[in-house]
Amino acid sequence: MLRVTQGESEVTVGRERLRAVSIVVCLAVVAGAGSAKTQEAGLAPPRSVRAEDQPNDDGSALSLTWQLSLDDGERAQLVTVYRILRATDAAGPFEEVRSVGAGTDRFMDTDVSDTLRYFYIVQATDGIRSADSEVVGPVTPASNWFHTGRVNILIPIALFSIILFYFVWKATRGIDLFIRRIAGLNAVDEAIGRATEMGRPILFVPGIGDMSYPQTIASVSILRRVARRAAEYDTALVMPNYDPIVFTVAQEVVQGSYVDAGRPDAFNPESVRFLTSDQFGFAAGVDGIMQRERPGAIFLLGYFMAESLILAETGYSTGAIQIAGTAELAQLPFFVTACDYTLIGEELYAASAYLSREPMLVASTKGQDSGKLLIMILIIMGVVLETLGITNLTTWLTVR
Amino acid sequence: MRKTVPLTIVFASGIFMLAVFFVPHRRVQDTSQVLLEWDLVVWTCALFLSGLNLFIVNAKKVRRKERDWGYKVVLLVAFLTTLVTGLAWGVRAGTPFMFIYESMMRPLQATMFALLAFFISSAAYRAFRARTREAALLLAAGLIVMLGRIPIGDMIWHRIPVITDWIMSYPNMAAQRGILMGASLGAIATALRMLVGVERGYFGGEG
Repeated sequence: MLRVTQGESEVTVGRERLRAVSIVVCLAVVAGAGSAKTQEAGLAPPRSVRAEDQPNDDGSALSLTWQLSLDDGERAQLVTVYRILRATDAAGPFEEVRSVGAGTDRFMDTDVSDTLRYFYIVQATDGIRSADSEVVGPVTPASNWFHTGRVNILIPIALFSIILFYFVWKATRGIDLFIRRIAGLNAVDEAIGRATEMGRPILFVPGIGDMSYPQTIASVSILRRVARRAAEYDTALVMPNYDPIVFTVAQEVVQGSYVDAGRPDAFNPESVRFLTSDQFGFAAGVDGIMQRERPGAIFLLGYFMAESLILAETGYSTGAIQIAGTAELAQLPFFVTACDYTLIGEELYAASAYLSREPMLVASTKGQDSGKLLIMILIIMGVVLETLGITNLTTWLTVR
Repeated sequence: MRKTVPLTIVFASGIFMLAVFFVPHRRVQDTSQVLLEWDLVVWTCALFLSGLNLFIVNAKKVRRKERDWGYKVVLLVAFLTTLVTGLAWGVRAGTPFMFIYESMMRPLQATMFALLAFFISSAAYRAFRARTREAALLLAAGLIVMLGRIPIGDMIWHRIPVITDWIMSYPNMAAQRGILMGASLGAIATALRMLVGVERGYFGGEG
């Protein structure tokens, strides 16, 4: 009996265990089914998609930003690519513009027209499944009339112009302005005089820049003075050229200087010649002129690159008095080493004012100095503010 | 009138090109592109004049049998050969023009560039003669920087590269930036002088 009772009891326990296992299995199945249902729902789409006109452009770009899909991040890394879909109507059809990798939350569409309206969808995909964002738009690219990011450049230029014109105005009232002595420019007449005494020509090299380079413009201004002196002293002038436009301008300037000096007959059209627009070909040609014609004075003024030392050293070996000038930082040490006088940076630009002593030009040079003072004040202010942890000034002045 | 018209053109085109930097509008940018194409056309015309000048100047010297006229013959032959091959067969790879460029021009360019090594040696020799206090300072700084840039400097004293970096980053950089700022203001001042017609050095005759 007891045995039977025990047997019944064992049977009862067995049934309850079976029920418990069944419940666990059912729960597992239900849970599994739930999971499968989540997967079938697909990926989480990108959120908060915004399409905007790209500011400060010519109407050729639209900017898209979005928040990453919940399946693209540290928690889940299912998204592999975001597809950018575009249409000119909200109802579509949407066409793929570009794909960007997972983790990217912005895109700039530069293939747009400022006459059309655009709608966008950002689609997250893992290669098999995909999830679309809501349709955003319409947005039309706009051509802007002012680049607001460049106000920080416009204001200093305007300020500098005002200072410059203030000094020019002062000069028109006959106020005497002082410019410090520049040895290299004082030596210009001395060099021309020496070449005249030696009966040798003057060699003027305007560098390898074109007429869009301020250094070349400054060089041509000095050429005018040198050519006039050469005409007055009846000394030959040789001017080899690298750039075709500089060549034609130089021809006009030199001829005009001979006319100004009252010696139009002394102008030799062959004195201003074109050599080549090849950098080292030009260096070889000028070196050849130095060796064959043995100039008494050499002017190397303008924009120079690697050929600077080749020219200056060859000139040095001929024994000519050499005056060089450039604003190219890398070439200045070569000129300082190999030439008798060097116009460093701004001195080259001050040359036309210094040599002519024309009040208007002198005044603009004074304005230039005031601009430097302004920059010095800004640097000191910047240093003080940065030290105090105030970054507004340096941030505003940063060119974007 | 002879000066007024060019000055007006300089003012108008200068102001316009300055505005292009601040006005991104399509119409302005497109117009600036047209102006840049005009610049290319002017450059091409000037190149034609320049080539003509090169030919005439040297041909005259050959005809007059001036000193070193033999070099001019070489120049004229090279000029005409390159011109004719370029015009007749084009400038694509495998054409006679490219053969001249690859086998003559490029080795000659490389030779001229290589000459720099010798010129730097002779210039450095003169620069490093410690005749004055400033030259002695230059010599000392130059030696430290040169040693700091090569492995042996570190082997002599491990602080030499550190001192080199300091020289390049502070005194050298400060001087460079000072020159750059002055030069930039000079360039802006030159541009403004040209715009308002104060700077007329680029004109022939009395400006």
